[in-house]
Amino acid sequence: MRPLLEKKIPLALVFIIGIIMTLQYFVPHPISQTIYDNSLMWDRAIASMAYIMAIVSFLRFHSRRLKDKNYAPYSLVAILSFAAMVLIGFIGGTGSDSLFQKMYNNMMVPLQATTFSLLAFYMSSAAYRAFRIRGVEATVLMITAFIIIFGTTTIGNYVPKMNEIVEWIMAVPNLASKRGIMIGVGLGVVATSIKIILGIERNWVGG
Amino acid sequence: MSVRDFFIKLSKIDRKYIYLVILIGLIIPLIFPPHFPQKMSPQVKRVFEYIDTLPKGSYVILSADYDPSVAPEVHPMYKAVVKHCILRGVIPIGMTLGVQGAGLALDAFTEAERVLGARRDTDYVFLGYQAGGAVVILGLGEDIKSVYKTDYFGTKTTDIYALKPVKNYRDIALVISFSGSAIPATWAVYAYTKYGVKVAAAVTGVSAGDFYPYIQAGQFIGMLAGMKAAAEYEDAVNRILKEKGIGKFSTSAIRMMDANSIGQLLIILFIIIGNIGYFLSRRRK
Repeated sequence: MRPLLEKKIPLALVFIIGIIMTLQYFVPHPISQTIYDNSLMWDRAIASMAYIMAIVSFLRFHSRRLKDKNYAPYSLVAILSFAAMVLIGFIGGTGSDSLFQKMYNNMMVPLQATTFSLLAFYMSSAAYRAFRIRGVEATVLMITAFIIIFGTTTIGNYVPKMNEIVEWIMAVPNLASKRGIMIGVGLGVVATSIKIILGIERNWVGG
Repeated sequence: MSVRDFFIKLSKIDRKYIYLVILIGLIIPLIFPPHFPQKMSPQVKRVFEYIDTLPKGSYVILSADYDPSVAPEVHPMYKAVVKHCILRGVIPIGMTLGVQGAGLALDAFTEAERVLGARRDTDYVFLGYQAGGAVVILGLGEDIKSVYKTDYFGTKTTDIYALKPVKNYRDIALVISFSGSAIPATWAVYAYTKYGVKVAAAVTGVSAGDFYPYIQAGQFIGMLAGMKAAAEYEDAVNRILKEKGIGKFSTSAIRMMDANSIGQLLIILFIIIGNIGYFLSRRRK
């Protein structure tokens, strides 16, 4: 019974829906359009349900860690913060003057922004120690980096044609390499999708 | 100590001194802004001019697909574009594909109410968050009001005055995805390719390089990239505010860009000093 529920039914569903949705894309018939509209509604419903799983997973994980004295204080803060924001949101609403929005603007935003901004310090230290001209490739990389870094400062505006030079580097050599990568990734996505639909790739159901 | 020894020693300096120099380099311009001139870069100009020349009453979807971690760069762009739309009589429809973007977008519209006297559901609409990512993008192409039954504040979208003439992307002049991730590419793939709506991206400086293929292919009309674009757009909106005699200029991005510029120049200086030390130590060996 378990293989049927855990593997065969999910694989059959993916195969049937994958084929239907692929055909649907090329068939401009009202029935095809109805299938498409319904599938969009289903997808949104499934995506919303994922939040319930996320919350359960979050609470289970941190409840377990409450027993570990090394992690208990952090997990307690995580659970209390979660509970506080949920309660405040439900009781006071989430409008522009609400306590929920004030807490978000004055706690969540500065905390996350500050954490991410610390990257500036690590990057400068890494650039100082690791960015060395060790060969031709490294020299080309460094000259390009200097132009881009300088060109993306407002001081670069004092240099004539600086914006245009930066734009050219981004829109020609950068674009060429990015497009090559994107085409490779795109082909990989198509191949993997076909393998999943046909049941060749089964890692998502445990192999 | 010889010059050579000085540079070799300098290249091995403790990282805390580097942090200190960067900190000072960032704080001083924030306290005493040097007011470097803003010059609109080509991609920013494309987005600005597109919105600037839209007929009054046009609709623009502004999707706040970013979270607070990238807010210093992306949030000033969102605020500036919201103000620009309202100043030109274009109706911005705020929404988000990421749950954390809702609070930030709400902040931008609240500021527009305070500074410009914008009225909710008349001068702007804020739909809020909807789960589903790419599915939401596809759904908006069929019927916006079926994806969003109510707006962020719980008002039925069928009752919102400003949304009466809007059905789907056919009624939308432009979609701008504000993000610190690859979400703008999803808008290009699903909204532009399937439904033909014009799309632009507003992204962090580090991720800007990823989106040039979409610009070259015409899938984006333009792009706002990083703090520099935020400062340029903010400066352009300030000029409109000045023309209209409103005042109440916003200078957050401009001031942060001044500090950012000094920080970037310091990084260039560090790399040069580090390499001088590296060369001198190699010659010694």
